[in-house]
Amino acid sequence: MTDTSSLDAITLSVIQAALQQVCDEMDLTFSRAAFSPVIAEANDRSDGIYAAEDGALIAQGSAGLPVFVGVMQYSTRTLIERIASGETAAPEPGDIYIVNDPYLGGTHLMDVRFAMPVWRDGKIFCWLSNTGHWPDIGGAVPGGFSASATAVEQEGLRLPPVKLFKKGELDPEIYAIICSNIRVADQRIGDIRAQGAALEVGADRLAQVLDRYGDETVRHAIAELRTRAATQMRTLIAPIPDGVYRGEAFVDSDGVVDEPLTIALAIEKKGDTLTFDFEGSSPPCMGPMNSVLATTLSSVYLAMRHIFPEVPLSAGAFEPLIIKRPEGTFLDARYPRPVSGCAAEVSQRIAEAVFAAMVKALPEKVTAAPAGSSGNFALGGHDPARGRDFVMYQISGGGYGGNADHDGLTNGCSTIGISKSPPVEVMEQAFPVLYRRYALREGSGGAGEHRGGFGLSYEVELLRGDARASFVMDHGRTGPQGVLGGRDGRVNEVTVWRDGKAHVPPHLSKEQDIPLKAGDRVCVGTPGGGGYGDPLKRAPEKVLRDVALGYYTADEAEALFGVVLSADGQAVDEAATQAKRGG
Amino acid sequence: MNEKKGINSGSVVVGIDVGGTFTDLILIDSREGPDRGVRVAKTPTTIENQAFGVVNAIRETEVPASEIGLIVHGTTTTTNAVLERQLARTGMITTAGFRDIIELGRRTRPQAYGMTGTFTPVVPRNLRLEVDERMDAAGNVLTPLDEDGVRAAVKALLDQGCVSLVIHFLHAYANPAHEKRAAEIAAELWPNNYITTGHALLSEAREFERGVTAAVNASVQPILERYIARLSNELQGLGYARDFLVMNGNGGMISAAHVAREAAKTVMSGPASGVMAAAFTARRAGVDNLITYDMGGTSTDVALVRGARPAVSNEIEVEYAMPIHVPMVDVHTVGAGGGSIARVNDAGLLEVGPQSAGAKPGPICYGRGGMEPTISDANLLLGRLNSKKLLSVDNPVSVSDVEAIFAKRLGSRLGLSGVEAAGAVLQIANIKMAGAIRMVSLGKGHDPRDFALFAFGGAGPLHAAALARELGIPRVMVPARPGITNALGCVVADLRHDFVRTVNRPVASLDVALVKSVLEEQRVEGEALITEETVQPERIECVHTADMQFVGQTHLINVPLPGPEVDRDALQALFEEAYFKRFKVRLPEIRANLVNLNTSVIGVRADIDLASLIDPAGRVATLAEALNERRQVWFAGDWHDTPVYAREKLPLDAVIDGPAILEQLDTTTVIEPGDQAASDADGNIIITVGAGR
Repeated sequence: MTDTSSLDAITLSVIQAALQQVCDEMDLTFSRAAFSPVIAEANDRSDGIYAAEDGALIAQGSAGLPVFVGVMQYSTRTLIERIASGETAAPEPGDIYIVNDPYLGGTHLMDVRFAMPVWRDGKIFCWLSNTGHWPDIGGAVPGGFSASATAVEQEGLRLPPVKLFKKGELDPEIYAIICSNIRVADQRIGDIRAQGAALEVGADRLAQVLDRYGDETVRHAIAELRTRAATQMRTLIAPIPDGVYRGEAFVDSDGVVDEPLTIALAIEKKGDTLTFDFEGSSPPCMGPMNSVLATTLSSVYLAMRHIFPEVPLSAGAFEPLIIKRPEGTFLDARYPRPVSGCAAEVSQRIAEAVFAAMVKALPEKVTAAPAGSSGNFALGGHDPARGRDFVMYQISGGGYGGNADHDGLTNGCSTIGISKSPPVEVMEQAFPVLYRRYALREGSGGAGEHRGGFGLSYEVELLRGDARASFVMDHGRTGPQGVLGGRDGRVNEVTVWRDGKAHVPPHLSKEQDIPLKAGDRVCVGTPGGGGYGDPLKRAPEKVLRDVALGYYTADEAEALFGVVLSADGQAVDEAATQAKRGG
Repeated sequence: MNEKKGINSGSVVVGIDVGGTFTDLILIDSREGPDRGVRVAKTPTTIENQAFGVVNAIRETEVPASEIGLIVHGTTTTTNAVLERQLARTGMITTAGFRDIIELGRRTRPQAYGMTGTFTPVVPRNLRLEVDERMDAAGNVLTPLDEDGVRAAVKALLDQGCVSLVIHFLHAYANPAHEKRAAEIAAELWPNNYITTGHALLSEAREFERGVTAAVNASVQPILERYIARLSNELQGLGYARDFLVMNGNGGMISAAHVAREAAKTVMSGPASGVMAAAFTARRAGVDNLITYDMGGTSTDVALVRGARPAVSNEIEVEYAMPIHVPMVDVHTVGAGGGSIARVNDAGLLEVGPQSAGAKPGPICYGRGGMEPTISDANLLLGRLNSKKLLSVDNPVSVSDVEAIFAKRLGSRLGLSGVEAAGAVLQIANIKMAGAIRMVSLGKGHDPRDFALFAFGGAGPLHAAALARELGIPRVMVPARPGITNALGCVVADLRHDFVRTVNRPVASLDVALVKSVLEEQRVEGEALITEETVQPERIECVHTADMQFVGQTHLINVPLPGPEVDRDALQALFEEAYFKRFKVRLPEIRANLVNLNTSVIGVRADIDLASLIDPAGRVATLAEALNERRQVWFAGDWHDTPVYAREKLPLDAVIDGPAILEQLDTTTVIEPGDQAASDADGNIIITVGAGR
């Protein structure tokens, strides 16, 4: 039994800050010591503290990748259950487990989790766990983002929870199995050491916290903080009028069958809870756009955290968010459905459906749809000048949705990410490519009183040798949704120029292994954000400025915003605008 | 200490720092004769033209300007221009296809959670024009420069009223020929010298960061030069006809005649001079490793000093998506200051910050209409600040009014009295600040027991002892005049030039002769630049370092080198040791890579005697005589009868057990129960955590 009455609010705040600090230092250590740019630069990783009994999230680093919000509590819970049932060997001090099985509370195979118990007096006080996105995990394509896998075995090496470190020592046998199954294995030791070192740093710092405040006090504080986070979330939900709010989002295709997948979401607000029901969403799909349950839940959580960033990350914050298990849909994938697209793309469509529903409930707080794609373009080939193979990844941003106060941001990061895109100069140093253009995509922001931000338009040419291009993007069929009268942002566009002839992927935003020769080019236009509010209400002087900056043409100003400019384009023709808008 | 001679002795040196609210001056007069020593002045900053405030401060010293030997100046002119986007109209010419680089950024958003935010590029899109030209990554010309295109673009930008110009081409760091040629063409047409090429300040790959750095430079050049000209005129009018020096963000000084060339380097000049003063003051006291802690009204600046040298970074971001990548003192800003607002959130927990009451309305106790409890108000309520001696107060507010607001807004929801709530505000604020300080300093693998916390700024010494305890730092140092630390930095700063050369080679195949020649070239260039200056240093020091990583990594570790001659085995060993110290990981399987070779050439100026910062004549013989009053001060949940001393009067040999309060015009120092404070020969207060009776 926990007796929390003895703990005052101040001690709670102090312990909350201390636990947060432990997680933030784990994040810092992991990134700074890691080798892979995807972790070291792109921060595609997360660290947290989890309950000993059920793996419930206690605290999570504030610099973690958003898509990992809440995910590790499911993998940790599964691990605890397997240890209890004897399926997985029980831990001893110094042991660290490794696991990446998506169906045991994960995302895609590239996200590899470590978990380590924190011991106090011979008993497990809690778990520390972290996730890092490994640059390769084996499978059909380098990097793991196959656009056309039809079973998880094609996606790479799947690890159940096993002890990678035993009593503090790396197990050479398991390490050898991993290295034999992944590409560029010689550098993985650096990431493995970094991922383990982050947990060790966390354990040291947490021990200091426990020594200082006492195990029992911290235990009580954790329980009380969970209750309080739930209260905080309930307080934010309560003022929303009771009712059902619906939102929809569409995935272009699963990469194999050329049909859109529908996410249908009904959010019922009642009292101080929100119930999320995905009934009516598409059934499981052939291609890799299935989402495992943990990723689906996490996507809802991260969307809600974008709406209420002030609520600390803990299991308590999720309690008032009741998510019905979307059985029978592609959002509850079971073995052996392929899942490599779930964390990068489907998660963002789920978040978009949440935004689309919640903006009806909270129009002052929620934005129109953001571009919502990681924009993965991979180019693998052989560079004859350097006599070696290469794999290049270009991730890209897009426009954000307009909101009650402002226009959307241009070239923002994916909804689920925080990683910067690589500089053109660095890409050209490393790979046999030449960028012909890297520009703001004019006209792409959805019109609105507050317009969407603009996407990106780039064109890249293969300079030498042969290569294969693959795309895992989205929003090629429908643009990010405008709200409250705002227009949709422009759709994602991919064109591959081979021998001077244009090739558009049949699935628009997804295709694998398009062969390229030197001189061939890839052109990508990323989505603009959705517009917010009626474009005819946009201040005419803002439209004039948009035209002066080349964001829209004068014709677009008239057609989309009802603003007529003078013949020289230097001023608003007030009378003509009034006539046009007054209609 | 007094027998030391150098260029500073026998003359009058003045350091002036223009801050957001006040212009601070310190004058050190080391001429022979009576009535010499240190003078300080504090006048309101004159926002519209900072030169007036500077002149007022000099007048206040009553020393004729004609007798001043040297003026060193720290300015926020360029900082304010950038943050408020009050920039000169600037045009940009880029490689065709790439004019949007400085607007697109690196696909980011201002915060991890929340899909909103705004961003205004330094140069608007209609003033960014493209010309045909292209280099590849190795610096080979792929498309020749369209010279007529450059001429047309330059004319178009002039027609648009541009005052400054940026020329920013892809891969100019690898081959600057096109940028140089375009600048020549532009110079024939451009009516002034405000032309910045991308490669000139930063010769490194990464087009967004290099482009923004160049754009900031060009767009503040006219503003800085106009200000420098005005100040020169004003100083001449006062009778000071010599050249003066300006602080750069790297903690070094440069002649006012040259400063505008690389104007972007002045953007972080204020915080850098504070860190320089801290390093100088602590070194005289024999303390070489410190964390500087400058807490003001809205934010707190933190920096790390190791081996008496401030850490320097060339990756500073002055605000969201505004990187200025030139070497600058690595100052981190934490969003907590005296004006940070406390509130009870929906979870019933107390939060402090990040919202701030700012200067208007400010804390409740400023009497400008502020109604939200702040850190400053908590310090007042708990007896740490003296209600009778507050600066910047418009309409005095009684302590009981402040207490009532704390009780109503915080206490009633926490089950605490107003005073207890104020105690809680300090406790939470301290733990938050300590966490932030740890992340930017100790979080990088340092042992807190090796450091001292150097506290300055208006509010630093109020919180320092509590923070040190939280961080596990054994000692706190409070300089003699904490409120004028930035101005002191101007007086003590060195001449300094930094060089970075990208090598990017595995150590195993590195040409050590190349290492030696690069480092020596850097040294020679730096020494030549220092020789050009009007002020000559006492000696020149040269520091060589290498930025290294394991092959395959992206982050760098800065490794100090013993000298320009270093072999491969030594490089590998130095790096592995530095890596182990930082991460506790050894990776014998993987080879090391040398990315950059760096040299800092530092013209060290003669020592300055700090003992007279507090007038020795004002000191009294016993502690009892320095006692101002005793008052009730709240520590750890209860009121304590606490002596309050006048800092200026303290005997140099005084030892004070906490609790105690030291008051001086600049700031208030809190000595917590259980701690002990003593003074050193320069009049610094050293608080030893846990050493009290």
